[in-house]
Parts: sequence; C-alpha cells; structure tokens
Amino acid sequence: MAQAGLLRALPALTLVAMLGPVAAGLAGTLLPAFGHMPAIGAHGPSLAPFAAVLAWPGLGAAVWTSVFTGLLATAVSLGAVVLITAGWWGTRPFRWLERALSPLLAVPHAAAAFGLAFLIAPSGWLARLASPGLTGWERPPDWLIVNDPWGLSLVAGLAAKEVPFLLLMTLAALAQADVARSLRVAQALGHGRIAAWLFCVFPRVYAQIRLAVFVVLVFGMTVVDVALILGPSTPPPLSVQILRWMGDPDLSQRMTAAAGALMQLALVLGALAVWIALERLVARAGRAWIASGWRGRGDGVARVAGLLLGAGSALAVLGGLATLALWSFAGYWGFPDPLPAFAGSKNWMRHGPGLRDAAADTTLVAGIAVALAVILVLGCLEAEHRTGRRLHARGMWLVYLPLLVPQTAFLPGLQTLLLQIGADTGVVPVIAAHLVFVLPYVFLSLGDPWRAWDARHAGVAVALGAGPGAVFWRVRLPMLLRPVLTAAAVGFAVSVGQYLPTLLIGGGRVATLTTEAVALAAGGDRRAIGVHAIAQTAAALLPFAVALAVPAILWRNRRGLHG
Amino acid sequence: MAEGLKMDQLKITRDGAPLVAIDRVIPPGRVLTVMGPSGVGKSTLLAAITGTLAPGFACTGRIILNGRDITAAPPHSRRVGILFQDDLLFPHLSVGENLAFGLRGGGDRTARRSRIDAALAEVGLAGFADRDPATLSGGQKARVALMRMLLSDPAALLLDEAFSGLDADRRARMRKLVFDRARARGLPVLMVTHDRDDADAAGDDVIELRPGAG
Repeated sequence: MAQAGLLRALPALTLVAMLGPVAAGLAGTLLPAFGHMPAIGAHGPSLAPFAAVLAWPGLGAAVWTSVFTGLLATAVSLGAVVLITAGWWGTRPFRWLERALSPLLAVPHAAAAFGLAFLIAPSGWLARLASPGLTGWERPPDWLIVNDPWGLSLVAGLAAKEVPFLLLMTLAALAQADVARSLRVAQALGHGRIAAWLFCVFPRVYAQIRLAVFVVLVFGMTVVDVALILGPSTPPPLSVQILRWMGDPDLSQRMTAAAGALMQLALVLGALAVWIALERLVARAGRAWIASGWRGRGDGVARVAGLLLGAGSALAVLGGLATLALWSFAGYWGFPDPLPAFAGSKNWMRHGPGLRDAAADTTLVAGIAVALAVILVLGCLEAEHRTGRRLHARGMWLVYLPLLVPQTAFLPGLQTLLLQIGADTGVVPVIAAHLVFVLPYVFLSLGDPWRAWDARHAGVAVALGAGPGAVFWRVRLPMLLRPVLTAAAVGFAVSVGQYLPTLLIGGGRVATLTTEAVALAAGGDRRAIGVHAIAQTAAALLPFAVALAVPAILWRNRRGLHG
Repeated sequence: MAEGLKMDQLKITRDGAPLVAIDRVIPPGRVLTVMGPSGVGKSTLLAAITGTLAPGFACTGRIILNGRDITAAPPHSRRVGILFQDDLLFPHLSVGENLAFGLRGGGDRTARRSRIDAALAEVGLAGFADRDPATLSGGQKARVALMRMLLSDPAALLLDEAFSGLDADRRARMRKLVFDRARARGLPVLMVTHDRDDADAAGDDVIELRPGAG
C-alpha cells in the first residue's frame, strides 16, 4: 500500500520538480526588481531598478532585436515546415528530408550556431570554397555577416534548429490525423497539393503543435547562447544584457537584471499576444480563401521553396558541423585555402584535460537529471494507467509551462534566491534546474508511445496472475524499452545543451562542455571552438546511438519488437 | 450450487447508463455463448469478470467463482483466464518464457521446465520453447496463448472472439482443442462471439445481447 501511495504522489512530485524552480525563480525576480534585496542592504520597494533599465541607452535596439528575431525565426521555421509537409508529405524526398533532419534535433543550439558562423562568416568555409575562383577575394571581405545588427544570422541559426523540432512535432501530430483521405478528397475537388494541405490538414495539425510553436517563439526571443554567438553585440539582445547585469561585480546590478527579466517576461507575453492575433488573422484569411473557391493549382514554386528551405536547414547544421570538425583538426588554414593543413590530434590533445573535466561535469549533471526525469515520468504515466485518468489539454499546458517561461525571466531570480537563503550554488542546484527543462521533453517524448501500447497485454498478464508491479516491470517496461531509452536520450541532449541554467545556477563552479564552448565565443580561437563544439555535439548524440544499439542487441532475436 | 461461474444480478453501466445485465450460472465444463452486434457490451462483460473495466464503467451485483465471491478481488487474484482474438504473446519473451510467465509459481527449475515442455508437446509444438513468438504461424501462436493461459491454472475461461483471427480449418481445430481442455478440467467457459458456428460448436447455452436491452 505504501508503494501505491508513493506512486500516487509522483504526479504531484513531478509538478513540483518542474514548476517549483520556475515559481521560486519568478518570485526571486519580483522582489529585487522592485529594489528589495536585503542581502546587499537594499530595502524596497523602489522603482530604481526599472529606471536603471530604462536609462540603458541600448534598450530600444535590444527590445527590437528580441522581438524581431523571435517572431521572424518562428514564422520562418513554421513556414518552412508547413511548405515541406504540404508539398512533399508521403514522397521520397520527404522521407529523405525527415531522415536528414531528425538527428539534427539533438545537435546542441550552441554547436549549430558556431557551425553556422564558421560556415557563413566572410572568412567562413563557404567564402573559402568560392574564393578566389568565384569571388576574386584574396582576403575575406569586410562584411558584417555574423553578429549583424539586424540579427538576421541569429534568425538563420534559430530557424535551422527549429525546423527539425517543428517538423518532428508535426509528424507526431500527423500520425493522429486522417491525412491521406482528407488530401485525396480535397484533391479530387480540384485543389492543388499545398492548397489541399493548408485547407484540410494544417488547421488540425496546428492545433496540436501550437504549444510547441509558442515554445519556439519564447526560445527565439530569449535565447542567450545562440545570441552570444550569432546575434548583434552592440547592443546585444535583451536576454544577453540581462546576463551581463547578472555578471556585474557590482551586486546592485542584479536588481537591474531582475527588472530587465520582468520586462523580458512582459515582452514575451506581448509577443505571444501578437502571435495569437496573427493566428486569428490567418484563420480568417484562410476561411475567406476557401470561400472564394481558390484551388491553388500552380503551386510548383511553393513546393520547390519548401524543399529548399528544408534542405537548407539540414545543410546549414550538417555543413556547420563539418566546418567545426575541420577546424578541430586544423593546423594552419590561410584564406582562401579550401582546406586546412591537417594537424592530427594536436588541437584535441591541447584541450584534452579541460575537455575531460567538462565532459565529466556534463555527464554527471545530465545523467542524474535524466535518471530522475525518467523515473518521475514513468511514475506519472503508470499512475495515469492505473487510475485511468488521462492528462487533458490543461495538463499539457502545465507540461509546456517551464518551456514557455523565458529562462532569462526566472533563472536570475532563482540564483538571487539561492544566494539570499544561503544555499550553495553548485552541482545539486544545477541538476534541479536542468530537471525543469529535461522533464517536459522526456514527458513529451515518452507520452505517446507509452500510451499507444496495447493495454490488452496488461489484461492478459493480470489474468495470468501478475500484479500491477509485475505488469509494469516484466511486461510494459521491457516492451517499451526502446521509447524509454529514446526519451532518455532526448533528455540527455536537452541537458547537454543547457547554457544559462548551468552558468547562473552553477555559480561558475559547474563547467560543462556547453558553458566551456560558449565561453570561447568572444575569443575567436576557431580550433578551440571546433574541438569544444564537436565534443558537445558528440555528448548529445552518443546517447541516441546507445538508445538504438541496446534494444537492437537485447532484442536481436525478437522480431515482434522491431516494428 | 457453489461450483461454476455465477453472475448474480450482474449489471454493467457506462457513465451511469445501463449497458449489460446478466443473471446466469455456468456449471463446470459447460459453455455459455454470448452473441450480439459489436458495441453491445460483450467485451465489457468479460472485462467486468476479469476485473479490468475501463474508467467510466461500473458494475453492480456479484460474481461468484466456485463459491468464492470475486466481485471486488484484484484482477490478478481472480483466477479467470482469458483468450483474445489476437494471441497477445509477449514479444520480448521466448515461447517458453511466455509459458513460464503463465505458469503458477512453485517447483524447481527442472520441474517448471518440464511442465512447459509437456504443455508445448500437448499442442504439437514440442521443441518450440526457445523460439521467438514472432516467427510462429497464427495457429501456432494461438495454441501457445492457450497453453500459457491454462498453465496459470484458471478456475474459469473467457473467450473474447478467440477464434475470429483463424481461417475456417484452423478455427474448427482450435475450438475443439479449447473446449476439450475446458471440459477435461471442468472449467466454466464464457464465450463472446459474433460467429454462429462458434456457438453451434459449443453446443450449449446461447444468449443474445441486444442494443439498449440493459
């Protein structure tokens, strides 16, 4: 009975692990933002921190960059995914794209951003490949491509990573929609392929991926590591400036940071409102379009555009990774040589000891966070199975909530709070902070396959005399080993990629591959960045290889599990 | 009469609305066939007896198995065996391990292994213990599922369209196999089917459920 009680407590425990730090962090932001921070002798309330933010000369540009890059990156990635699925779903190029894009989901944002920067910079690999033959350049041109003031390369870096994410979410949603028949009906009525998709399939799919789109918008507006690498620097986006205030030796700047964080939160809510208004507009335009009888037969250009955008996303990330790999083994690489002198493992040896330490911290934090997340999620799903109460739409909002509150809005507050209550920064709080982001992804990854399991197997096992515990351990868990390991790999990749939680909550004492790599951004040592970004990518991808290999070996003689 | 499966004023409701009502006794070794269109609640009736009713369903009345009131007993201690249309062999276990899952605890390794081998031999599958269930034919899987269920030593047998997945020839043989074993062990059988042939083969009581008859 004690066991059953524990199981029943797990969903509540999961909510606390997921939302507790978010709530605490927001609370910890609120007081300093209004000038109340007894630890440094500040007693509010006062509006001085907000005045300090407003007095910062870069504010207008920083706010504009955040909103512009966030909305544009979201619109571009969603548009690309819609064009790809609408134009090519069920075809051979689509399967090819799907296979190329899926593994890219696990590539950490920072590594993808570094790769893109090394690819498209004036002295990047693309320019080297094209020079001097096509361009006539003997020296890299003096163009500001990376860190451009508009944030366009930031948008490109975000979109390249969000296209795989939204595509996979769309594919999961498509599995539940009756796509093939709807398309056939619409096409029989004379609609072009893309028009048929937009009118009949997209509304259903969008309803299911809507929260994921919101996550993309919030992430794009508030991301720190990608913005440090690709975004404008004078002034930087608001999220980066908040981090600078947080890192200021003058502790009173933390109150400015808190005020900035609250403004960031307001900004995100405003952008979400704008997006929701856009949704309404698009829906109304769509209805008018349908009513007008437009058939959209000449959609060849749109189909090609979709394919190019999808391929562009894959090539931007893959090409970037290839560039990083080249740099990690590069000796002398003068412009415009297409390839560097091969330096063997020299770069790797030089950074070896640091990499080992960072890899150890990365594995420790990710390993514990993922183990906790998998246990909690399995407990929630098992409790759901035994009580027969399924998570409803409002519950899904709760799962998405930690991803919808900007990291920059609550992590500074969480750090300040830990500081004030005298709790130590370090590995344990970092694991707790990672858990906040790992849990939702493990839940989203495991929920569908876990629920899709044929529950009659449980019925049979029970009729054979197996209790609920035996059904779980001896039947359901082994049968679902592959999705469980995949969810763990997803969680691991999420943890590996975390920058801000590690930096802020770790108080500088937890150095992961990601914090080490991003710290190199300002220095511009391309060989060091190549080594660290490749190591970071490997740390995120390796668990997926394990998740594929273990069930393949364990169930090598069980054809029924290789559906 | 204490022996057999007694459904005493058993009424099943769905969200409060009556679905199925039945008041019958199935004596040991006898078969009660329940027929009716799909959606009428046949499978729900079986779920009530195995104790695995889905949320939203509720049942009143009593279920008595060999004199033991199992109405509120947890599903795994009811000793009610069930066969579905699909074999539902556990795909991660070998044929022998599937049978071992069913076999009641007790006995040393060799004794258990020899009981499993004997069960396989009894249905013409001697030497299949280490096979992957996915490599078996439909008829072979059905026989393994039957023996797995019988090894769990049930006190009653439920059949949920258990023969529908087989072709006519296999179907007749499988029916005979199941009914012979149930009769030999004196098991009351509750069979749900939409196939009149199944009912005729059982040659026993038949009841028809009609929509809204609850």
